[in-house]
Amino acid sequence: MSYFLETLVSGLFAGVMYSLVAIGFVLIYKASGVFNFAQGAMLLFAALTFVTLIEKGMPFALAFIVTSLVMVAMAILIEWLVLRPLRNRDPLTLFMATSGLSYVIEGFAQLLMGMDVHMLDLGIPDVAVQVGGIYVSQFDIIASLIALTLVATLAITFNKTRMGISLRAVASDTLAAQSIGIRLPVIWRIVWSVAGIVALVAGLVWGSRQGVQYSLSLVTLKALPVLIIGGFSSIPGAIAGGLLVGATEALADIYIGPLVNGSVSTWFAYILAVGFLQIRPAGLFGDREIERV
Amino acid sequence: MTTLQESAPTKPLRRPALGVGTIAIVAGLVAAFAVPALADDYWLSSIIIPTVIMGLAGIGLNLLMGYTGLVSIGSAAFMSIGAFSTYNLLLRAPFLPLPVVLILAGLIAAAAGVIFGLPSLRIKGFYLGASTLGAQFFFEWLFTNFSWFSNDSQSLTISAPRLQILDYDLQSATGRYYLVIATTVLLIALAFAIVKSRVGREWMAIRDMDVAASVIGIRVARRKLLSFGISSFFLGIAGALWAFGYLGTSDAHAFNLDKSFQILFIVIIGGVATIFGNFLGAAFIVLTPILLDRLSLVIDLSFLGDQGALANLQHIIFGTIIIVLLIKEPDGLSSLGRRGVEALRSRTRSSG
Repeated sequence: MSYFLETLVSGLFAGVMYSLVAIGFVLIYKASGVFNFAQGAMLLFAALTFVTLIEKGMPFALAFIVTSLVMVAMAILIEWLVLRPLRNRDPLTLFMATSGLSYVIEGFAQLLMGMDVHMLDLGIPDVAVQVGGIYVSQFDIIASLIALTLVATLAITFNKTRMGISLRAVASDTLAAQSIGIRLPVIWRIVWSVAGIVALVAGLVWGSRQGVQYSLSLVTLKALPVLIIGGFSSIPGAIAGGLLVGATEALADIYIGPLVNGSVSTWFAYILAVGFLQIRPAGLFGDREIERV
Repeated sequence: MTTLQESAPTKPLRRPALGVGTIAIVAGLVAAFAVPALADDYWLSSIIIPTVIMGLAGIGLNLLMGYTGLVSIGSAAFMSIGAFSTYNLLLRAPFLPLPVVLILAGLIAAAAGVIFGLPSLRIKGFYLGASTLGAQFFFEWLFTNFSWFSNDSQSLTISAPRLQILDYDLQSATGRYYLVIATTVLLIALAFAIVKSRVGREWMAIRDMDVAASVIGIRVARRKLLSFGISSFFLGIAGALWAFGYLGTSDAHAFNLDKSFQILFIVIIGGVATIFGNFLGAAFIVLTPILLDRLSLVIDLSFLGDQGALANLQHIIFGTIIIVLLIKEPDGLSSLGRRGVEALRSRTRSSG
C-alpha cells in the first residue's frame, strides 16, 4: 500500500513538472490563438543560456535576470519577424510557423552554446524525507513550491493588473479589444515574454533533474496530453491535467508496464487523453463552445 | 479558412475526351517512365525515389487535412503500419504477389486509421491533431517492443525478402523506381477519382462547414472515418515503399515524429487541397538538406568548427525557409506553378 502511495505521490510531483511546461503553452494560446510548438525549444534555449552564464561565473540572481531579458528580446523578435507577417492567417499555418521556429531556436541554442550536457545545481538537495509514513523527495517538494508560486503570481497578474485584464480582453474577443484601444502587438510581445520566462523556470527545474541538453526540448511532448485533458486555454486545467497525467502515468508504468514488455510512458498519456476527450471534448476547464463537433 | 476554397466546382466535371489535359497526362506519363534513361543511379535512389514517395505520403495526409479539414500529426505511424504489414505479409504469406501485398498492407493501415480517427467524431482542430500523436507514439512503441513484428530480429529492423512482380526482379535502382512510379501513378489517379467524386465533394462540404453538411444530409461521421481510412491507405502504401523501395532496411524509428512533421510541411508548403502540390513540397523537403550539404562543401564553413555546428546551421536555415515560405506563399508552392501557367497564357493571348 505504501508502495502504491509513493508511486502515486511521485507521479503527482512529476505531474506538477508537466504543468509547468503546459502553462507556457496555455499563456500563448489564450492570448494569440497560436499553438506554440516552439515552447520546448524556448525551454532549451533559456536553460542553456542560464547554464552558460553560471559556468562563466555569474551569480545566480544576475544570471536569472539576464536570461529573462534574453527571453524578452526573443519574444520581441518573434513577434516582429514571425507573428506580425502572419497575422490573420489560419491557426494551422501559425502552428507550422512555430514548428519551423523551433528548428531555428534549437539550432541557435546549440550553435551558440554547444551540444554538451551541462549539469545544473540549483542548490536543492535531492534527498528523501519522510512525510506521513511515505518517502518523498525534497527536490520534488521544492519544485512544486516553485510551480505554485509561479501560478499564483500569474493568477494575480492576470486578474488584478491592468495588463492582465487587457490580456484577458484580447483572449475573449480580439476585435472588441482592439476597438477599445488595446494594441495587439504589445500584448503579443508581453505574452511571449512571460511564456519565455515560464520556459526559463521550467527549464531550470527540468534541467537540474536530467541535465541541460537537447532532450529538454522533448519535454513539450509530455505537456501535450496535459493540455488535451486540461483544455488549451485554462491554467487551472493545465495544473489539474498535469496532476492527472503524472499520477496515472506513474501507476500505469508500474502496474501495466510489466504486462506489456516495458515502459508505456511514451504513449500512455496520449491514449488516456484521447479516452478522456470522448467523455469531455473541451477538456476539464476548456472553452466549451470552440472546436467541438 | 479562406485559403482552402479554391477547389470549389467552378469547372465542368466532364471535359472533352481529347483535350489539352489528356495530352498533358500522356506526356507526363511518358516522361515519368523515361526518367531512368536520363538519370543515373544516384539521382534515382537518393533524390527522385524519396521525392515521389514523400509526395505520395503528402497526398495521403492532404486527402485528410486539405479536403476533409481534419488535422493529423501522426501520419508516420500509418506509414510504419504499411511497412511492417508488407514485411510480415511477404514473409509469412510468400504465395501472395507484391501488388496484392501492397494493397493488403494499405488496407491494414486504413483499418488502423479508422480506429485512430474515432476521436475526430468528437473533436477537431488542435485537440484532434494532438491526439493523433497518440498513434505516433503507440505504434513506434509497439514495433520496437514486440519483436514478432520484425520476425524476432536482434536489431528490430525489417528488410524486404523479395521485391518482384511476375519474376521481374525489382531490386535495382531502376526496378525500384518503376515499382514506386507505377504505384504512385495509380494512386494519383485514384486520388483524383475520389476528390472529383461525390465522396470528395462531401469531404469538402464537411471541411467548409460541418453543420451545414449534416443539414443537407451528408453523414458526417461516416465520411470523416472514411477520410481517415483512405488517407491511411495512401500513407500505408507510401510507408511500404519508403521502407523497401527507398531505404531497403528500416526500423520503427524511420517513421518517427520528424517524419510526421515532414509530411505536414509537405502539405502546407506544397499547397493544401492539391494533388500535384504535394510533389513540390516533397521535392523541397528532400532537396533542401541535400543542397545545404552541397553548399557547405562549396563555401568554407570551417570557422564554425565541428560537424555538429554545421547540422545546427542547417536546422536554422531549414526552419527559416519554412517560415519565409509560409509568409510569402500563403497558398503553397502549387500556386506558384498555377500563376506561372496563367502568366504564360495571358502572354500568348496578348501576342496572338
